[in-house]
Amino acid sequence: MIKICTAALMLLASFGSALATAEELAVPEKGDTTWMMVSTLLVILMTVPGLALFYGGLVRSKNMLSVLTQVFSIFCLISILWVIYGYSLAFGDGGSFNWMIGDLSKAFLAGVTPESTAATFTDGVVIPELAFVAFQLTFGGITTALIVGGLAERIKFSALLVFSALWFTFSYLPIAHMVWATGGFLFEKGDLDFAGGTVVHINAGVAALVGALVLGKRVGFGRDPMPPHNLPFTLIGASLLWVGWFGFNAGSNLEANGFAVLALLNTIVATAAGALGWMFVEWLTSKKPSLLGVVSGAISGLVAITPAAGLVGPMGAIALGLLGGVICLWAVTGLKKMLGVDESLDVFGIHGIGGIVGAIGTGVFVSPALGGVGVDDYAMGAQVLTQTIGVLVAVGWSGTVSFVLFKLIDLVIGLRVKEEEEREGLDTVSHGERAYTN
Amino acid sequence: MKLVTAIIRTHKLADLELAVALLGVQGMTVTEVSGYGVQDGHDEFYRGTQITVESVPRIQVQIAIDSAFVEPVVEAIANVTRTGKIGDGRIFVTAIEQAIRIRTGETGVAAT
Repeated sequence: MIKICTAALMLLASFGSALATAEELAVPEKGDTTWMMVSTLLVILMTVPGLALFYGGLVRSKNMLSVLTQVFSIFCLISILWVIYGYSLAFGDGGSFNWMIGDLSKAFLAGVTPESTAATFTDGVVIPELAFVAFQLTFGGITTALIVGGLAERIKFSALLVFSALWFTFSYLPIAHMVWATGGFLFEKGDLDFAGGTVVHINAGVAALVGALVLGKRVGFGRDPMPPHNLPFTLIGASLLWVGWFGFNAGSNLEANGFAVLALLNTIVATAAGALGWMFVEWLTSKKPSLLGVVSGAISGLVAITPAAGLVGPMGAIALGLLGGVICLWAVTGLKKMLGVDESLDVFGIHGIGGIVGAIGTGVFVSPALGGVGVDDYAMGAQVLTQTIGVLVAVGWSGTVSFVLFKLIDLVIGLRVKEEEEREGLDTVSHGERAYTN
Repeated sequence: MKLVTAIIRTHKLADLELAVALLGVQGMTVTEVSGYGVQDGHDEFYRGTQITVESVPRIQVQIAIDSAFVEPVVEAIANVTRTGKIGDGRIFVTAIEQAIRIRTGETGVAAT
């Protein structure tokens, strides 16, 4: 009898230790891994050709290729910088500077192997670290490429590449670390940013505004008409952005589960609400509902739902999308006039302002009383305050870094092409080719 | 020899072609043009920014013919392209000093 008991105890003990080992060496699920790979590809699709065509259609035909080249090459540049030092600085442990930035222990992806894993939002569930590296790479790439919209039709290509590398290093990486990495200042404060409303959209929107301010207005701005040269391209780009955004938002859940589906559904309905909101208000105020209005509203809705994607309910998502659409319409008309800045393609108006609407709105609609999923110790006032701090940190940080970088680059190599080159168009002047020949 | 230049609404081209073909006209040059006359341009809005487009699109047709046919051709063009509203266009008749058919080297009326 005693013998049997001892044997049973020994069995239990060994079973227990097996469990412990299983937890330590959790193996990624194939479903989660697949979803992260698909999401990564979707965010690439969002950028090239999505964002490139969205912007390309909005500029004049003489600058079409310049915008396509800018978006594409920035994405390539950031991809390389990300694996060299970006990932390590964004998600490493920076010791005494950990509130702001990581370290270089994983520079050149040192120690990241196909076996290494990254944690998800569920205890004991992991994904391959390489999947996390690749997924987050695409975020750095699209965020930096977004800034192009504020500088379009007049920026010098070399200056843009230098700015992109520096801004990625000094603004994107610290803000990503502060918001998303353990030990980051805003992360520890409980700032909610599900898929990058603050890290991506406010960050890039503010940089675009500051860039437009330092660069100055395009030649002929306010005098010559500068209508978009090809709105069908803008529609194709916006639609690819929408589809790609499912990787962006639902992929940010890091696991293929119910919360990923919630983020996916929210990314449909918030976008639809944003598009309809913009369309109806424009219909009332400008007498006609325009295609550019509908797609701009859709992007505004997408931006607004980004920080909230997996945190609010579908009804909250509709409200947030609607707010995004209507407030961004005001931002690109009323607010833009007040600012008096030629922020060519409204990156600040749509991504900056939409990001702020989303960040603050997340604090409200995450409330379980409003259909949200709630967070530990939730109180609306406190959460909205935390979200506001996140907004202010991002605006201040990105604004300062961008201003210093733009001024510095202007002094050293010059930011703008020459006036006659700008009149000629950047396609032939900067790239030696043209989009359309007769 | 005269050159009849008609600037007409874009959707009236097919009617014009049929009408002058019935009169025996065998060739014409058609060009897409834009411009403005008495009518105002129109406004377009892009994210709230108003852009006034002065020029409107029109079709320009040029027909070279013997002076004797000018009157019926001009009348036929005017009849089929007229809507009675502002923006119907113009017909100009100008003299042709010389005409040469490149293939054969024929000149004068035979070349029109």
